[in-house]
Amino acid sequence: MSADCLRQEYVVSGNNFASAGSASEEVKSTLKKLGVSSADIRRVAIAMYEGEINMVIHAGGGVATVDIYLDRIEIVLADKGKGIENVELAMTPGWSTAPEDIRALGFGAGMGLPNMKKYTDKFEIESEVGVGTTVKMTIYFH
Amino acid sequence: MTVNNLADLLNAKIVNLADGERELSTGYCGDFLSFVMGKAPADCAWFTVMSNVNVCAVATLADCGAVVLCEGVTPDDALVEKVRLQDVNMLMTDYDAYTAATLTAGRFK
Repeated sequence: MSADCLRQEYVVSGNNFASAGSASEEVKSTLKKLGVSSADIRRVAIAMYEGEINMVIHAGGGVATVDIYLDRIEIVLADKGKGIENVELAMTPGWSTAPEDIRALGFGAGMGLPNMKKYTDKFEIESEVGVGTTVKMTIYFH
Repeated sequence: MTVNNLADLLNAKIVNLADGERELSTGYCGDFLSFVMGKAPADCAWFTVMSNVNVCAVATLADCGAVVLCEGVTPDDALVEKVRLQDVNMLMTDYDAYTAATLTAGRFK
């Protein structure tokens, strides 16, 4: 983190679908105040919300660290969940390990990670089974 | 077409009207939330039968112009409270998503 960056950190609690999305909503509102275009805000909001939801469903929560620069936003989502056995497979649209009760809420369509990749300019994911998952996303402002 | 026009066209009941004059870009039908976030265009009218609190988060973050709950589905209390808080336009109609889509097709700008 450098001086020209605004850092915000959010704790995302696990298994709480009612509050899921509150970190993304706060980031959205911050970007709006900073005058970022609505198209870019939309990309950030969707990518981050998908990440939040993944941490709620699969990892019992985690931490979102958001660095806002003049030209971009960097989002790091880190959890200490069960990890992903096969990241390549998890990136496949439609592939999901979400349980039935999660699907009943409208989640678990297997589009979370593909959406995060689709809406970001840089997307990295590292995962180790039994240790956790870290997702790093960068979105440049236009 | 504005949210007010849409409400008239669908004989809709109002759950929350934050901005009835908001201009809608097009329609989108779907219930899986990640499909909506992946594909629904900004400012769209989103036709769905999902009615839990996460619908509001998706509508807000994906910048939907209005949510239309179809098939007479009613929102749960948590959703009603949240759409009021977040200024999300939400309507209820007895039409199914297909019929709602056909009634509105061609009427968006």
